[in-house]
Amino acid sequence: MGTLARDVAIIGVGQTRFGEHWNLTFRELGIEAGFRAMEDAGISSSRIEALYTGTMSSGLFLNQEHVSAMIAEVVGLTENQIPATRIEAAGASGGLAFHQAILDVASGLHDIVVVGGAEKMSDVVSNLATEFVASGADQAWEGLFGATMPSLFALMARKHMHDHGTTKEHLAQVAVKNHAHGAKNPLAQFQREITLNMAVNAPMVADPLGMFDCAPTSDGSASLVLCDMKTAKELSDDPIRVAGTGQGSDSLSLANRKEITSMRSTVAAARRAYEMAGIGPGDIRVAEVHDSYTISEIIAIEDLGFFEKGDGGFATERGETALNSTITVNPSGGLKARGHPLGATGIAQINELVLQLRGDADGRQVKDATVGLAHNIGGTGGTAVVNILEVV
Amino acid sequence: MGKALGVEAKSVPAPDEDAATISVMAARRALARSSIDPGEIGAIFVGSESHPYAVKPTATIVSAAIGATPVMTGADLEFACKAGTAGFQSCLGLVNSDDGQIPIRCALAIGADTSQGAPGNALEYSASAGGVAFIVGREDVIAEVGLTMSYTTDTPDFWRREGMKYPSHAERFTGVPAYFKHVEMGARQIMERMGTKASDYDYAVFHQPNGKFPLKISKSLGFNREQILAGLWTPRIGNTYSASMMMGLAGILDVARPGEKILAVSYGSGAGSDGFHLEVTDLISEYPRSKAPLVSEAAANGIEIDYATYSKFRKKLKMEGE
Amino acid sequence: MAVARHWRNQDQRYNLAGTRCKVCGGHFFPKTSMCPSCHRRSLGKLERFQFSGNGTISSFTIIHEGMPQYSSQVPYVIAYIDLEEGDHIIGQIVDSEPSEVEIGKKVEMVFRKLSEEGRSGTIQYGFKFRLTP
Repeated sequence: MGTLARDVAIIGVGQTRFGEHWNLTFRELGIEAGFRAMEDAGISSSRIEALYTGTMSSGLFLNQEHVSAMIAEVVGLTENQIPATRIEAAGASGGLAFHQAILDVASGLHDIVVVGGAEKMSDVVSNLATEFVASGADQAWEGLFGATMPSLFALMARKHMHDHGTTKEHLAQVAVKNHAHGAKNPLAQFQREITLNMAVNAPMVADPLGMFDCAPTSDGSASLVLCDMKTAKELSDDPIRVAGTGQGSDSLSLANRKEITSMRSTVAAARRAYEMAGIGPGDIRVAEVHDSYTISEIIAIEDLGFFEKGDGGFATERGETALNSTITVNPSGGLKARGHPLGATGIAQINELVLQLRGDADGRQVKDATVGLAHNIGGTGGTAVVNILEVV
Repeated sequence: MGKALGVEAKSVPAPDEDAATISVMAARRALARSSIDPGEIGAIFVGSESHPYAVKPTATIVSAAIGATPVMTGADLEFACKAGTAGFQSCLGLVNSDDGQIPIRCALAIGADTSQGAPGNALEYSASAGGVAFIVGREDVIAEVGLTMSYTTDTPDFWRREGMKYPSHAERFTGVPAYFKHVEMGARQIMERMGTKASDYDYAVFHQPNGKFPLKISKSLGFNREQILAGLWTPRIGNTYSASMMMGLAGILDVARPGEKILAVSYGSGAGSDGFHLEVTDLISEYPRSKAPLVSEAAANGIEIDYATYSKFRKKLKMEGE
Repeated sequence: MAVARHWRNQDQRYNLAGTRCKVCGGHFFPKTSMCPSCHRRSLGKLERFQFSGNGTISSFTIIHEGMPQYSSQVPYVIAYIDLEEGDHIIGQIVDSEPSEVEIGKKVEMVFRKLSEEGRSGTIQYGFKFRLTP
């Protein structure tokens, strides 16, 4: 219980810049990151034994399902008829695809697999994107009654503010910090800093969440090469080990939760990942957490055990989550500034940790980072995946 | 224009309201004031000229939303502004029928509308939204219907052709040969048959297409201002069409005392009137009026909106994607 | 066309009809096939339960970028409501200015239009809430 049958490591990562890729098709976008990851790993596609893809809703955004076969085809992997699997868990699709690929390699079924995540969201107008993103929440009992995804997080935000004294400025501090980090990430969608004033006074989306409290809609893909530790050491000088992986679930609808200022799925996934890694939150120096909304980062850093419940906003205000402070949260810029192509997000988080742990993160490098945590959620937290990586 | 019509304000439905939602709310409020199990309701008639569907009954929506289904009947009625009272008469017929033949002891009559007038037309100043529900039965009666009679001719004073968004009317022809003739004849035939005169009634209520017509007809029938004030709502909320006279009657029942007599006459263009002679029973003293808002409370409960908001709400503007 | 999909939820949406577990006495909305506390013991012991529609606002938001079906209503209020019999629900607060809505205020159920399938399709009706006068 709670352990992997054999050690698993990452030997290559690749990502497109996130943003609006008007001239790229979903296929072109999807394979771009895969090629970069294989190049980074220094292996040819013939070595790939299985393929995992995290995509939330190519069906709604592009009217195309069965993207596992599509990716296998465009990457040129149909020659060997390798297993190709698409994983869907709304915004956690990428993180969950990674989790499933770990289980695959750890089981001994395959030695080298590629895990990708991709989404193309810019082909639909904004109110349709609002509706499609909301399909990750409960359409029968939330969406039909007018609730958008940001509005559900706004309900959490107002409750958090009411119960814990979190302020609109605290929320804004998350955005300001993540934009500052994103400005140092050449693959981020937004590479400019914003001021607290801009964030606080931005147009409202779902009060108290304004435009700068919400991650953007994005096109993008991210990919990585995963293998067993023995193979990893043969192929790579600096493999990054999967120290722990955990998944948790909760109700699809927010109304069926006992409380809305904490996500039990995150708490459970974190507990499982920490136990497997044999460490605790105090050992984490760098974390990529799911800040689809500013309130989600505040709730996440509490649920992951970095700060006491209710202290997330205050800790952010104290600067404890900024680059090279107490714990660096979202050095990539997070979903807010790096961008949030739904299915790609979970993989991009892992990739950022790999760069950080290798010491390749340039201007946003976290000093002495040896262990990192990634946290990815779907919908309002119906799925949560926590992965912990460490240098070998 | 408002002054000429005697209408100071009119009620407007929110974008998520229609004749069905208003009917349901009226029916639920009527039930809140009664001890009837919704399952006992054997018939529901919804009178409206703004049913949300051209084909598919509003009555079934109401039935399901109050828990009256499935052993019951229901139908939607249309007779311009008197469709609600036409349903009232149908209910009276059913509940007073032989139990062996039609075992219905309790029925629901609803008049509800979200009527519209074309922008700029005089109708736009008065056409409003509202709904009233009466539970009609043989037990726990708070007002007994002593007589109901109708007066009907084929008089095209107001109409809306199939598929048209706004109704048309024959301007001044809607007055003397239409409203005044039918309401007057309707009222007179009731009083003649009952052997009553205007002074015998504590209250009178007539259909209220605007604030002026009911004042004029009541005067010519010999009623004074005191008799009609409790039932006069159009000046404050506009013409609620199928609900208009029923709203007035509901307003009267909000204040009426045992033994008081009421003359009520609706009018529907096309044209006809339904007259009712009612007497308030002793049970009105125990009637739990406070379990639902009074007409006066509901009328005071609105939020004022400007014409731009009204235009958006009533889909008078072409919006994105239309 | 999703006529049947909406139709089969009609009783729940029109009447706020959920489930009562006869084992533990818990009330649940939407209706459930298994009590989340009693699990298998609740099989065959669940009954229809109609909530009163009275509740208290636990949290709320004012939506400025709404679902396409609600575009004519922006800004509109969505609240997280604690129902008086237990369980929670998410619903729209109508008939008041957004500035009047506060955590802790009482609400009651009203019957409104939720959506429509284009200009020629069916109309979906169901519960919304308003501040209790």
